[in-house]
Amino acid sequence: MERQSYKGWLYLLPAMLFLGAFLVYPLIDVFIYSFEEGYNSASQTYFGVGGYNYSYVLHDPYFLQALKNTFILVVITVPLSTLIALLISVGLSSIEKLRSLYQTVYFLPYVTNTLAVGLVFMILFRKTPYTDGFVNLVISWFGGKSVDFIDGPYWAKMFVLSFYTIWVVLPFKILILTSALASVRQDYYNAAKIDGTSKLRVFTRITLPMISPTLFYLIITGFIGAFKAYSDAVALFGTDLNAAQMNTIVGYVYDMLYGNGGGYPSYASAAAILLFAIVLTITCINLLVSKKYVHYE
Amino acid sequence: MNYDSIEKSARIRRRVTRVIVYTLLTFWAVMVLFPFYWMLLTSVKSYSAYSSEFVPKLYTLSPTLQNYRDAFTAVPLAQYFVNTVIFTVVTTALMVFVTVLAAFGFARLNFKGKDLAFTIFLSLMMIPNELVIITNFVTVTNLDLRNTFLGLILPSVTSVFYIYLLRENFAQVPDELYYAAKVDGTSDFKYLFKVMIPICRPTIITITILKVIECWNSYVWPRLITDDQAYFLVSNGIQEIRENGFGRENIPAMMAAVVVISVPLIVLFLIFHKKIMAGVARGGTKG
Repeated sequence: MERQSYKGWLYLLPAMLFLGAFLVYPLIDVFIYSFEEGYNSASQTYFGVGGYNYSYVLHDPYFLQALKNTFILVVITVPLSTLIALLISVGLSSIEKLRSLYQTVYFLPYVTNTLAVGLVFMILFRKTPYTDGFVNLVISWFGGKSVDFIDGPYWAKMFVLSFYTIWVVLPFKILILTSALASVRQDYYNAAKIDGTSKLRVFTRITLPMISPTLFYLIITGFIGAFKAYSDAVALFGTDLNAAQMNTIVGYVYDMLYGNGGGYPSYASAAAILLFAIVLTITCINLLVSKKYVHYE
Repeated sequence: MNYDSIEKSARIRRRVTRVIVYTLLTFWAVMVLFPFYWMLLTSVKSYSAYSSEFVPKLYTLSPTLQNYRDAFTAVPLAQYFVNTVIFTVVTTALMVFVTVLAAFGFARLNFKGKDLAFTIFLSLMMIPNELVIITNFVTVTNLDLRNTFLGLILPSVTSVFYIYLLRENFAQVPDELYYAAKVDGTSDFKYLFKVMIPICRPTIITITILKVIECWNSYVWPRLITDDQAYFLVSNGIQEIRENGFGRENIPAMMAAVVVISVPLIVLFLIFHKKIMAGVARGGTKG
């Protein structure tokens, strides 16, 4: 037994080394950082312990801007992307011809490089002195006025960011929802058919309750993912997100850590912990709400 | 209203619904594919042709490959590419090695403290990357590993979730096989490689592909840890090209670089799309 025991741990050793060094230790350390006031990364000294870092971050206009942007992005993209994914998945499961082709196409954004395709979106939406760009061309077909979506008004930029975010997150949601829809037992539908139930009623009384756990899972992960938005914004507006007024909370954390305004791991830690306090709160609220609405078989 | 007319109106309604469904599905398919078309199209337009189009053209009659030549000569795209391949291959290989050993330890071997270790381990899945990246950045900087492959790779290896996924798969292999092998005097290690890994190969392939996708697209960690172009990965490379590349704003050449960067994963996807989609449905997360 003794020998077995030591051999068992030996198999776990590599994983434990990696996890300990790059996951457990950093998790503890980030809390320590966030309370060390006036930490200097060059000399590794600090003045005292307290909540100053948090108060600094909470009063930083850049952080407040990032907070606002992130919340707007979450409020727009989470419901919209879930709804569109549901619509597409229901559409997909109602057809037979070309279904797997559509599925494959819809999944494509998942495997593409966010930064690279974001650049294409920027080109499509941008308006420069030399060209109005493709999107503005489409707008002009419908008789609208051209807008610069990349360097222009705040809501135009927010629109592109939301649009691109939805474009990026849809493949995952469509995939998960299509397989959830496929796993609803056919008996229920047959029974409804015999009773002559209308399609809408079948959808709201059978399909929705049956896929509600999946739907709910997607909403929770959607919230978490949207709160962590960052690379999509970089892809569209470049690395200086503060200048573009399009920074996100995660972007603020990284800017504090490294880059033009960087070198402040304490502020970065405080901001990161604030972010996760927010995410945790929202997730708990989600869980409470779900108890009421989610149907588990 | 007789039976025929009821059936006829039902048929018409069905057909109308189908037309609407296909229209919507096709609309979104176009939305998905259009950016890819646009990057391909722009990448074969010549710089002068592109610059003279105030109203962008939806096609080109004189495609050129000059932009691809520029992308490889004016900016170190090949370098970024090689870096990413090294990073992806080494990280994925290390991940598979660590994951297989740990999953085997958790699934097959019995030893003191295993259950407690597994519980702690499961709770690690909840730790978000954004929290630990701060200390990892400081650690790697203090170890003088910035702008090295070691610094890029080491923190990217761990994937708690993949260990969990593989452990579940290993646990499904019947115990009888293990005891039979034990009776024959096979060592645990040999059993792992001769029996477990071949049986669970589909899962191992799935996590490998998912990790490759993750590595190829990783942006945040490489950006923090490299500021020397010699160590840039493609994501950072594309950002660098966007901000300082080509000396002037050469969009067609940028698009050529984007195409080059996107092609490997798209090819991988077209070959393995069933496996990738099944794998993501079982355990991928993004957004």
